[in-house]
Amino acid sequence: MIEIIGIWVAAFLTLCIYSFLYRDNPFYRFAEHLFVGISVGYGIVIAMHQGIIPLAWVPLSEAMSALWTVITGQATPETINALWGLVKIIPIAIGLLFFARLSPRHTWLIRYPIAILIGFGAGIAIPNELQANIFAQTRGTIAPFAAINAGTLSAWDIFGTILIVIGVICTLIYFFFSMEHRGAISWLSKVGIAFLMVGFGAAFGNTVMGRLALMIHRVGFLIKDWLGTIF
Amino acid sequence: MIKTTQWVAICLVLCLSVSTAFSQESAAPSNVTAVDTPNDDGSSITIKWDAAAEDTGISGYQILRRIADGDLEEIGGLLPAETTNYVDSSIQQGTAYTYIVRAVTEAEATVDSEQTAPVKGTGEWFHTGKTPLFVAMLLFSAAIVWNIYNARSGKEIFVRRIPGLEAVDEALGRATEMGRSILYVLGLGGVDNVATIASMTILGQVARRTADYETPLRVPCNEPVVLNVVREVVKTSYLDEGRPDAYNEENIFFLTGDQFAYAAGVDGMMIREKPAAIFLQGTFAAESLLMAETGNSIGAIQIAGTDSEHQLPFFIAACDYTLIGEELYAASAYLSREPMLLGSLKGQDWGKILIFLTIVLGVVLELFGVNWITTLLQRVS
Repeated sequence: MIEIIGIWVAAFLTLCIYSFLYRDNPFYRFAEHLFVGISVGYGIVIAMHQGIIPLAWVPLSEAMSALWTVITGQATPETINALWGLVKIIPIAIGLLFFARLSPRHTWLIRYPIAILIGFGAGIAIPNELQANIFAQTRGTIAPFAAINAGTLSAWDIFGTILIVIGVICTLIYFFFSMEHRGAISWLSKVGIAFLMVGFGAAFGNTVMGRLALMIHRVGFLIKDWLGTIF
Repeated sequence: MIKTTQWVAICLVLCLSVSTAFSQESAAPSNVTAVDTPNDDGSSITIKWDAAAEDTGISGYQILRRIADGDLEEIGGLLPAETTNYVDSSIQQGTAYTYIVRAVTEAEATVDSEQTAPVKGTGEWFHTGKTPLFVAMLLFSAAIVWNIYNARSGKEIFVRRIPGLEAVDEALGRATEMGRSILYVLGLGGVDNVATIASMTILGQVARRTADYETPLRVPCNEPVVLNVVREVVKTSYLDEGRPDAYNEENIFFLTGDQFAYAAGVDGMMIREKPAAIFLQGTFAAESLLMAETGNSIGAIQIAGTDSEHQLPFFIAACDYTLIGEELYAASAYLSREPMLLGSLKGQDWGKILIFLTIVLGVVLELFGVNWITTLLQRVS
C-alpha cells in the first residue's frame, strides 16, 4: 500500500513538473515550491550530519573532554593526543565570522573567511588545472608522434593525430586575447572555432540522446508503474 | 620388463617431486623490502620484491602483515603472479609493521619470504615529485606579475573584441528601458570554483551599471557561502558607484543547494518575473538547458558563459551570446579594464604561447625520435 502511495505521489509530481511544458500553472508552482523546500530542509540535515557533527562537534567535544582530564591530572597519552582536536577552534572561529553579517557594525569581518576561501580555492584549483588540463593535454597531443616515428600507426591514425594537433593549435590561437585577430591569426582562429563547434555539435547530440533516455525512463514509469496500479 | 618400467616410472615421479620441491624452494619471493611510501601523508607503506622466474609455477602473491610480536594477518587479496610491489594503505601512522610476501603456486602450495625489517609510515612536508610543477607555477606566476607590473606602469594592453561582452551594455540598457529586472545566475559552483570566482567579477561590473541605471538585479544563489560573497561583491559595486541607497540585499538570496530544485526555482522566477536580461555565468551541469531554454521562451536577452564544456553547446543553441571557456575568465579584464586584470590576461597569453611552442617543438622532436619534452611533461603531469 505504501509503495502504491509512493508511486502515485511520484506520478503526480512528475505530471506537475511536466505541466510547465504547457505554461506556468498552480500545479507546477506547487511542485516547484515543494521541491525547493524539501531540498533546502534535506540540505540542512545533510550539513548537520556530514559536516557540523563529525567535523566540528565531535572532535571539539572530545578535545574538551581531554582538556578536562589534563586539568584534573588524569591525562593519558591518548587524551593528550586528543587535545589536537582543539586546533579545530581556528577554522570554526573563521567560519563563525560569516555570522558577522547579522551585526551591521561588524559586517566587515565577513571579508576574512571570504578571502581565505577564495584564496584556498584558487590555490588548490590552479596547480590542478595546470596539471590536468594543460600539461597532461599537451603531452597527449605530442605523444602519438612517437608512434608515427616508430611506424606503428595506420594512415588513418596518422591523419587523426595530425588533425588533433591542428585543432589544438588553432583553438589555442582563438583564445589569444592580447593580440588582434587579423590576417593569418584571424584565419587560424576561425579554423579553431570551427573545431570547437564540431566538438560542441557532437557533445550536443550525445547529451540529447542521454536526455531522451531519461525521458523514456520517466514515461516508462508513468505507463508501467503508475498506470499499472490502475489497470 | 614390466617391473623395470614400473621402477623407471617411480624414479621419474620421485625426481619430479624433488625438482618441484626445489623449484618451490627457489620460488620464495626474494629481495623483499618494505619502505615508507615517499611523498605521501604517512598513510601507506610500499612492499617490493623481485619478479619470480617464469618456470617457478607461481600463480600469485599474498601479503602478510605483523604489528610488533602480534599475529600475521593477510592484507588485500591474492595478487597476480606478475606483481612486484604492493602499497599497504591500511596502516596507522606511528605504528611499526613487518611484512612477509607469500608466493602461492598453481598447486596451491605456499612459500614465504623472509620477514622485512619493521617500518613506520611517516608523512612528508614536500612532494618532491611535484617540483617541476612548482617551477612551472613560479614561471607562470612570474609572467603574470611582470605583466601586471607593466600594465600598472601605464603600458597599453590590447584586448581583442569579445562579442558576448559587448552585448552586456545592450542587455542592461534594454532591461532599463523596459523597466524589468536583470537575472544573474552563477550556476552550481562553490566559492572555491574558478568559474564562479570569474563570474563574481563579471557580476561586480554588471552591478556597477545596474547601480547607475537603477535597474533591479536579482541573484538567486545555490550555495550559502556564495550568497555571502555575492552580497559583498554587489554591495561594494553599489558603494563604488555612490549608490548605496539603491542596493537591495533581498534581491540576492539563497534558493536551494539541490541542482534540479535550483533549476525549477530559477525557471519559475523567469516565467513569473519575466526579466529582460539573463546572465548565466559560472559552472553549470545538466540544468543549463532547462534554464537557458526557459529564458529563451520569455524573450529575454541571454548572455551565457561557462567553462563546463559539456554545457557550452546548450548555451550556444539557446542564448544570444556565449562566452566560451576562457572568455569567461577574460571577461572581467575586458569589462573593467583594470591594469591588474589586463596584466594577468597578458600573462596568461604568454603561457599559451609557451604551450604553442612546446607543442610545435615536441611534435618535431618526436618525429625525429627525441622524446625529452614528452618525458618532462609526463613528470609534470
